[in-house]
Amino acid sequence: MTGLRYVYAICRPFGAPLQAELTGVGGAPAKLLHHHGLVAVVSDVPQRDFAEEPLRAHLEDLDWLAATARGHQQVIDALTAVTTPLPLRLATVFRDDSGVRVMIEAREEDFRRTLDRLEGRVEWGVKVYVEAETPETAGTATAGTAESGPPAKPASGRDYLVQRRRRAKAHEDSWLRAERFAGRLHSLLSAHADAARLHPPQNAALSRAAGQNVLNAAYLVPRKESEEFVEIVDRTKGEEPGMRVELTGPWAAYSFVDLEFAQSEEEGS
Amino acid sequence: MTVVERREVALVDLLDRLLAGGVVITGDITLRIADVDLVRIDLNALISSVNKNVPAPWGDLV
Repeated sequence: MTGLRYVYAICRPFGAPLQAELTGVGGAPAKLLHHHGLVAVVSDVPQRDFAEEPLRAHLEDLDWLAATARGHQQVIDALTAVTTPLPLRLATVFRDDSGVRVMIEAREEDFRRTLDRLEGRVEWGVKVYVEAETPETAGTATAGTAESGPPAKPASGRDYLVQRRRRAKAHEDSWLRAERFAGRLHSLLSAHADAARLHPPQNAALSRAAGQNVLNAAYLVPRKESEEFVEIVDRTKGEEPGMRVELTGPWAAYSFVDLEFAQSEEEGS
Repeated sequence: MTVVERREVALVDLLDRLLAGGVVITGDITLRIADVDLVRIDLNALISSVNKNVPAPWGDLV
């Protein structure tokens, strides 16, 4: 069986050893490949799963994708504890170690520049959800629907229109408040971060989270200032009725690595 | 880091980062997530939720 090399991240050499039993995608042990003063963190993956055709098929399988993403993250997480890794996109695969070395040589400058920029920084994720029902809108939002106990049947067409307008208004107000709150929070957090990036809001069907996601942001924050950043986020929780603030992290700086690289990709190097 | 108790990371948060973040390098296996149209079809909701370029997060609602 021929193995391929899955690359998780590029780092500068770090003193601390990796956990001896650290495994990644497919349960294979993570290894360090030193080259030109940089370290690629790699593991062997089988050709039968990661050659182009099987990989294409696997990527359509959400369970496989989930397991692979978890394996990837496990390695990145362990690296984040000991250094500042430059995480690569999921499923970056080379034929062998020499392929990885060639890639490092081709991108050396980009890697160093990005590693310098990210040094000592982590990513925090902040999401804002509008709860499905807020105390103020609950009454009007459900009035007239079949589920709301005794159906407040409109007495006339005019009543119906009034009710409908009121519901629409409550809905609008709720979004307006959400927009303002999310905007305010994003400005506040951006002011306490070195960089910020907005991810598209998450689909509730996938996240299975309650409420509607209106802000899905990532912030690049120095490790040393992270505690303060977390406190700021915590203080905003419960500040605005009907809004839920969620914090995730610390992550490796996944959302902040592409600046230097977008250009090089276009140049086709 | 002990500032936050680590919980199981939600898959959707992970995929936001792994499919839309991270350094994009053309490996020897040149298949990249962004190139896989089939994925977009079968995992349509997933991919559109992580790859769509939405300027304001609440732009297409209401």
